[in-house]
Amino acid sequence: MISKYKWWELVITYTGMALFLTFILAPFAEALMVSLRPIDSVFRVPYRFFTDNMTIQPYIDMWTSVPKLGRYILNSFFISCAVTALALACIIPAAYSFARFNYRFRDGFLVAFLAVNMVGAAVLIIPLYKLMFSLGILNTYWAMIIPGAAFSVPTGIFLMRSYFLRIPRELEDAAYVDGASRLYTLRRVILPVALPGIMVVTIATFIAAYAQQFLFALTFNSVTDYHPLPVGLYQFFGRERVLWNELMAASLVGILPVLMVYVFLQRYIVAGLTAGAVKE
Amino acid sequence: MNRRGDPFPYLLLLPAAFLTLAIVAWPLIETFRLSFTNASLRPVEKYVGFENFVEIFEDDFWEVIQRTFLWMFLGVTLKIVMGTIGAVLLNAAVPGRALFRVLVMPPWIVPIAIGVFMWSWLYNGQFGMISGVAQSIGLLDGPFEFLAYPNAAFMATIVTDVWIGTPLVALYLLASMQSIPTELYEAAWTDGASRAYRFRRITLPLIAPSIFTMALLSAIWTFNSFDIIWILTEGGPRGATTTMIIDTYKTAITRFRFGEGAARAVMILVCLTAFAGAYLALLSRTGRRGGAQ
Repeated sequence: MISKYKWWELVITYTGMALFLTFILAPFAEALMVSLRPIDSVFRVPYRFFTDNMTIQPYIDMWTSVPKLGRYILNSFFISCAVTALALACIIPAAYSFARFNYRFRDGFLVAFLAVNMVGAAVLIIPLYKLMFSLGILNTYWAMIIPGAAFSVPTGIFLMRSYFLRIPRELEDAAYVDGASRLYTLRRVILPVALPGIMVVTIATFIAAYAQQFLFALTFNSVTDYHPLPVGLYQFFGRERVLWNELMAASLVGILPVLMVYVFLQRYIVAGLTAGAVKE
Repeated sequence: MNRRGDPFPYLLLLPAAFLTLAIVAWPLIETFRLSFTNASLRPVEKYVGFENFVEIFEDDFWEVIQRTFLWMFLGVTLKIVMGTIGAVLLNAAVPGRALFRVLVMPPWIVPIAIGVFMWSWLYNGQFGMISGVAQSIGLLDGPFEFLAYPNAAFMATIVTDVWIGTPLVALYLLASMQSIPTELYEAAWTDGASRAYRFRRITLPLIAPSIFTMALLSAIWTFNSFDIIWILTEGGPRGATTTMIIDTYKTAITRFRFGEGAARAVMILVCLTAFAGAYLALLSRTGRRGGAQ
């Protein structure tokens, strides 16, 4: 059998996996251990991975040390949902247009969208700041939602377009023969068929939006009530003595929703990533 | 179904085009305009020609550029090497592979900032895991504050960047490996080729274009990276981790010197244009060879 491994190949493979996972998971493991300790044993030498006085107290105290923790987590969720909704409203029609129609400058437009992908938001932070200021949306949710959506549109278009390209044209032609309008055809014929693709784009956009809500919130928003979790917790850093156990507890609780989404929808996410974001 | 001058496809583009023009295209142009002004928080601004550009190069800007490229180069190289190894492991047909695939992705899934909080604790000299473990196995004599020394901080930010970026590279290369026809391996196996030989002569050449694409994309993302350095060191100690992005952000947002900041941003855009050109050239080549998909 071709896939049969010799014993030493198995040893190498599993050793490699173990080393790889150690690197990947060590920060999470350590965060978990720290979050389960009273603060005095967090600040103790020599270093120990396990200590005997484990407690879940930090998970209770964090709600008082970070009074708005719940709010931050909700904000994170809300901002990501809004970003995803706004982005999808732009992505789906544009991707359909690129996939199905022939018109002047089509390829030029597509390249332009791809080029946008190269520019990181931090480079454009000055005019963006001025823009948010003149639109009067500094210190509102919009200042985090609108730029967040804009920067996720190009990747989404690219990914969604490749799904639309796979849908046979005959489907539309049949609808047109029956006298359906093009908008109706898009809504009632194409979108239902493209649903798995739309799912993938939705999940990928949501996860990206959840992962990248630091810069805009840090720069465009100073109202603590509107902060997403990363910026809300970042403000802890400036303090004299960082309560690492509670910070880690709050971090872990904050990433729990997205990790759960990941575990349940893992198959879609992997498919989406590999099919779209970068794949040619 | 396509008439010439038909507005329908353009109408479909409208929402995306509007958002992109407002949030990306206009700011791009505005950055260029601002770079020739002395704009700040004050309402008045006047044109100053190339003064900002002259000024930044009188500063230590060359050093910042070199540092940025070194940071990017080391980060991308490590991500590609680790990602390739990761992809081989992800692809290995051994029991437990499914679990391994699930466990490798979290750094990419969780909010970047939160992953970086965790690393910032790992780097803690007195109580952190890395310093602690290094001491107990004798690599270090005493506590070592990783983020307090220029070279160590530079390497530390790279390691964290590699941690965040590797899963995606591995996954992408895995997808590329899985698209290789099994017949190739079977033929080689029949001829008695060892696993290592098959990897070198079949896998590696066939995934080489993907590695190249990924390296280029990864270079662009790494170049644009902000969160990691900002949270770990804010560009310190003594500027040791100040990349072009961090430098621009500090000038513009922390010191409110919009004109000078814009000039620094323009220099970033010049670099990005070079990457973008390379990427688009690559795309159009593969596009012509393999069709639109």
